[in-house]
Amino acid sequence: MTRRILGPFNRVEGDLEVRIDIQDGAVSEAWVTSPLYRGFEQILKGKPPRDALVYAPRICGICSVSQSVAAARALAETQGLTAPENGRLATDLTLAVENIADHLTHFYMFFMPDFCRDTYAGETWHEGIARRFRAIKGEAAPAFLAARAEFMHMLGILAGKWPHTLSVQPGGSTRPIEAQEVVRLLVILSGFRKHLEQHVYGTTLESFASLASAEALMAWSHEGQADLQRFWRVSEALALAKLGRLDMPVMSYGSFGLFQPGVMRGSLRTAINTQAITEDAAHGWMAQGPQTLHPFDGVTVPDADRADAYSWCKAPRLAGEPVQVGAICRQIVDGQHLAQALHAGEGVNVRTRIIGRFIEIARLVPAMETWVRALRPREPFCETIPLPDHADGVGLVEAARGSLGHWLRIRNGHIHNYQIVAPTTWNFSPRDAAGIPGPLEQALVGAPVRPGEDDPVSVQHIVRSFDPCMVCTVH
Amino acid sequence: MADEGKTTLLWLQSGGCGGCTLSMMCAEGSDMLTAFQAAGIEILWHPSLSELSGKDVVRLFERIIAGEIRLDILCLEGAVMTGPNGTGKFHMMAASGRPMQGWIADLAKVAGHVVAVGSCAAFGGITSAGGNATEARGLAYDGEKRGGHLGADFRARAGLPVVNIAGCPTHPNWVIETLAQISLGLFGENQLDTTERPRSYADHLVHHGCPRNEFYEFKASAEKPSELGCMMENLGCKGTQAHADCNTRLWNGEGSCLRGGYACINCTAPGFEEPGHAFTTTPKFAGIPVGLPTDMPKAWFVALSSLAKAATPQRLRRNAVADHIVLPPSSRSKAQK
Repeated sequence: MTRRILGPFNRVEGDLEVRIDIQDGAVSEAWVTSPLYRGFEQILKGKPPRDALVYAPRICGICSVSQSVAAARALAETQGLTAPENGRLATDLTLAVENIADHLTHFYMFFMPDFCRDTYAGETWHEGIARRFRAIKGEAAPAFLAARAEFMHMLGILAGKWPHTLSVQPGGSTRPIEAQEVVRLLVILSGFRKHLEQHVYGTTLESFASLASAEALMAWSHEGQADLQRFWRVSEALALAKLGRLDMPVMSYGSFGLFQPGVMRGSLRTAINTQAITEDAAHGWMAQGPQTLHPFDGVTVPDADRADAYSWCKAPRLAGEPVQVGAICRQIVDGQHLAQALHAGEGVNVRTRIIGRFIEIARLVPAMETWVRALRPREPFCETIPLPDHADGVGLVEAARGSLGHWLRIRNGHIHNYQIVAPTTWNFSPRDAAGIPGPLEQALVGAPVRPGEDDPVSVQHIVRSFDPCMVCTVH
Repeated sequence: MADEGKTTLLWLQSGGCGGCTLSMMCAEGSDMLTAFQAAGIEILWHPSLSELSGKDVVRLFERIIAGEIRLDILCLEGAVMTGPNGTGKFHMMAASGRPMQGWIADLAKVAGHVVAVGSCAAFGGITSAGGNATEARGLAYDGEKRGGHLGADFRARAGLPVVNIAGCPTHPNWVIETLAQISLGLFGENQLDTTERPRSYADHLVHHGCPRNEFYEFKASAEKPSELGCMMENLGCKGTQAHADCNTRLWNGEGSCLRGGYACINCTAPGFEEPGHAFTTTPKFAGIPVGLPTDMPKAWFVALSSLAKAATPQRLRRNAVADHIVLPPSSRSKAQK
């Protein structure tokens, strides 16, 4: 048995360390360490509640809007406030732009460069993939960045800027949209759709979303040289379906009224009981230790010297179980046919995590086109009412990388407690009080180690397939 | 590794959100990678962009520190995490067994220029809010106080103090233009303001080019989010004091905080993270906003404001509290008919 400590992992948001034991050429056990603590839950204590709208997005530069939406929803729940239709649509559009941009940033900037490594130099597909996706020097990135930047103009209009907007409010959006801006949004979306269909999918979004099986995906991948088609062929060549497989409940809080919420255990879908969400810090550098608490009662007091701890991350559990979250989970829970077929056929693994993001983009862009058309200029975008002095509120949202929740307690007009459970808190959780490893820790077991490898490339693929956001994880 | 003619750049992240890098990916004309290439910048390593990971990264840092690889520009994004009790354990760099604060200090010693990207790296920023329980610091500032992680007298190898590209987040072009100027040998100390921010953007005020200027002139104020009026009187806007060109340079094509309908929170200033009041509520004394334009005598401001309020056209008075234009400017030719 050999033990390795791997890191720093780049091309994830934030810093990450993974410790692995290797036996018989494969990972036999893994421990995931989130090495950075910033203390947002401590910072927010005692603040005026609306200040959460300034601090929360700054937890994360890549899921910034998701954090804003969670904070706004938690505040709105304390007020019993429902945003006017325009406000809801503007917020959904803002969140959808971020979700989509994040999925693509992950694919082009973070995930694909690993297939360009010299370790694959002997593979027949390597030269073409390396030319297109090599980090910094590949030909795909400049064109992708330009398309992304233009797509982000939607946020210049809807949210003033990205990241770290203050346009997302409990009662809607601060930014009323005029009739001519509706047209601008439609034009930007249509340019973006064209880019996606030409360079990413090699087909229309609708026809991609209508593929129904792994066989249909395989057939589509041989029809052209679009980037996702190339990826799928590599995933076959490298048997990525066998890598990082995780048979564990999948969870989604649901999103946009378009993707249904729930938990899937195998093929059985149930509702989420948020009362059954807990966190412990049996292996976290937190004074709370093994005590299991609901987020409303959560405590965040760091203790850098706690024995048996190996991460700043707490261990979130649903009814005592770890669950996996992310785009593929959202699509499985929603019952999307391709996601369900892949789930039934090969489970959640490295390549289905990737394809789940593209199923989502293919469904979101057409939905966004209808949301933009549904905006009603010159009707209200925001309602503002006072906050209560004493109240509790939960804000649940699906960030690009999975389920994000804010639990807010207001007492005497100030924030009494603010607890954040982020997507990668779920996925990269350390072991819990019962010793059960978190999702990534389980997904890494069995990862093959090639002869002579210091940093096994299989581990790199598995880790990044989750699109981890380490700055959200601990916050 | 380093090409002789190129400017080498190493980018580190610590106590921050990564948002300045993500913002930089929104650069246009040209995209970020093409811009770096045009400026002759060779990225030795960037945590979001580079292929190199694991032990090879640690080896790269060691070789730079040993002087085997020349480092021209060191960028830090995020605050330096010095807690608890100065140990730096709040950020141990992965798999290096060493606090990030140590790596930062060693690499800064050998760097030609040291650049703080974002308000966290410059001053501590959001990460140092609350009671700053994590002892988060800027490279050369601790909030408004000079010093920070590297000390008040720090000068990088080429002679300049830490360049503070403050902002939360930074505009893509604040970063790219500054790095390009450094790389092309076009950046000197006279281009830094009193807190070492590039004057290219920090000599401007967010107020400049604000589309709500006419409302400001007549003190026609918005009362609630989404209304069109000036946000200084009620909604916490600090655009008249904030050093940045957000309303003339614009973000994501055509945006800015003000254009997005919300207040400027002065994110380029040290200490912005603890304004001493709710961010989006203007603190007032005897009905007069406390934070007035910095270089205007208070009595004059009050006198002008009351005059302006008395003269506010009905159009601005009504539009200020509406979420769309309810009364357009009248057309002179029509009025004459």
